[in-house]
Amino acid sequence: MSYTITSQCQINDQQVILNDNLLVQRTGEGDWLADIYHAIGMQYPKFFKMDNLCKAGTLAAELLLRDLDFDREDVKPDWAVILMNSASSLDDDRKYQQTIADAENYYPSPAVFVYTLANIVTGEICIRHKIGGESSFYIFEQFDETQMHTFVQQAFASNPELTHVICGWVDVDGDTMDVRMWLVVKV
Amino acid sequence: MNDIIYKIGEGVVSPLGMTAGAVYEALCKGESRAQRYENTFGLPEPFFASLLDEDKLDSAFSALWDYGTEGYTKVEKAAIVAAAQAINEANIAADREEVIFVLSTTKGNVDLLENNPYEPERPYLWRTAQLITEYFDNPNTPIVVSNACISGCAAQIAAINQLRYGGYKYAVVIGAEALSKFVISGFQSFKALSPERCKPFDANRRGLNLGEAAAAIVYTIGTDEELDAGTLIVQGAAINNDANHISGPSRTGEGLLRSITKANEGFDTSRLAFINAHGTATLYNDDMESIAISRAGLQDVPVNSLKGYFGHTLGAAGILETILSAHALNHGRVLPTLGTDTPGTAATVNVCLQSQATRGDSFMKLISGFGGSNATMTFRVKR
Repeated sequence: MSYTITSQCQINDQQVILNDNLLVQRTGEGDWLADIYHAIGMQYPKFFKMDNLCKAGTLAAELLLRDLDFDREDVKPDWAVILMNSASSLDDDRKYQQTIADAENYYPSPAVFVYTLANIVTGEICIRHKIGGESSFYIFEQFDETQMHTFVQQAFASNPELTHVICGWVDVDGDTMDVRMWLVVKV
Repeated sequence: MNDIIYKIGEGVVSPLGMTAGAVYEALCKGESRAQRYENTFGLPEPFFASLLDEDKLDSAFSALWDYGTEGYTKVEKAAIVAAAQAINEANIAADREEVIFVLSTTKGNVDLLENNPYEPERPYLWRTAQLITEYFDNPNTPIVVSNACISGCAAQIAAINQLRYGGYKYAVVIGAEALSKFVISGFQSFKALSPERCKPFDANRRGLNLGEAAAAIVYTIGTDEELDAGTLIVQGAAINNDANHISGPSRTGEGLLRSITKANEGFDTSRLAFINAHGTATLYNDDMESIAISRAGLQDVPVNSLKGYFGHTLGAAGILETILSAHALNHGRVLPTLGTDTPGTAATVNVCLQSQATRGDSFMKLISGFGGSNATMTFRVKR
């Protein structure tokens, strides 16, 4: 069995790089993730409901699949999404914590709470592209490419029907934004 | 062929008991520790939940560790106690490179966001796992699985893959969850909590109860011939996403059905003694599970949910419920769905209301959660 990387995408707090080409460069101090959304011509209003972790992962997945010939609406049980990061959903957790910290100003919001789970980003990507296979989220202190490769290898080894894996690192933690994602396709 | 994954150790920390055996006995007696709490965790509203007794947890932890209970949080202590039981029963040296630790938790030490007397990185889930491996002197980087409510099964599946393809000989899979203002207020904001004992699959179900617990399993890999009778074997497992909604299950049970089909490929499901469902007692979850079970043609197999005994223990649920279902299977028994008297779900399934005898040699564990994830694991017992 063999598989190959067909596209790769990096997003940090200044740049979006797709397949080694600089795609978007940050210019102003505005909402960087919304700027990327507009710059790449994405049309998906649900994007604006998401927390930053989900926005970052959803943008990267969109770019990874941009040049692939596929039907987005077709359910894909043989595609998987395997992501990992360091901060889990702590970026949104801190926002939710603010809504319950003060007894005088207590307003827990389901719209914020729903994003206090790391794997929601895998769910958002599955919904956007109708991916019905495995969706998994792992937490490690630091990104380790060997570890990532092991998970992808194990996904292919344990599921002979698997054809596509969106995988990588998607970490959003306060000012830190570190997205390194890949599309791996069975050949 | 060296490809059978089987359980060689287990541990449980629950409000119902501090070992797996004690909790199984409590289940057989129909006990539950779920109760109404007021003015707890600084929450303005009361809630119904199943909380760990910190004194009992501290004394179990102190029995293992001579240096006091000060340096560890509740979720860490619970995880360590459960893991120590499992490692002890498995009789393995946890400090060796052939042992990998896999931790399942959704929120770990999230309560430290309010007040953190420890190092700044303590709320990070990798740090929780690191403290556990440091406690056991294990040299490997632990794997943390955080897949919402399916984490406990996803972690077992990750462990299986590590044994099959990662070169490890033993995997210690730990699920642990503690409750806090953070978690309970969030579920309250979702209007997902029942004001009374939860009633899984009941026509009058009003939502879920949350629960605290830790549970651990040690798995190893080997050949069928080397197994003793009664050993729990992983028959099949699969994870599938609904690709439908981040906080609501598929109306048609799509993802769960796919995982049931995949996990049981090549397996004769007439051997199933029972299905241990997720059965959270929310309207949508139980309807969705009933539809998936029925679409899989398994509507006559007895189905139970253990949530009435100890609530939904989030990251611990998949591991805790696997262990207790295995006890029931080994006793030739299907545990009743505590709290439920009038089943009523979108599709009709065979909800187990009274303890019943079974001759089946296997069971299926179902689990679903936020993010649209579903997992199925089928286990059989060596006869």
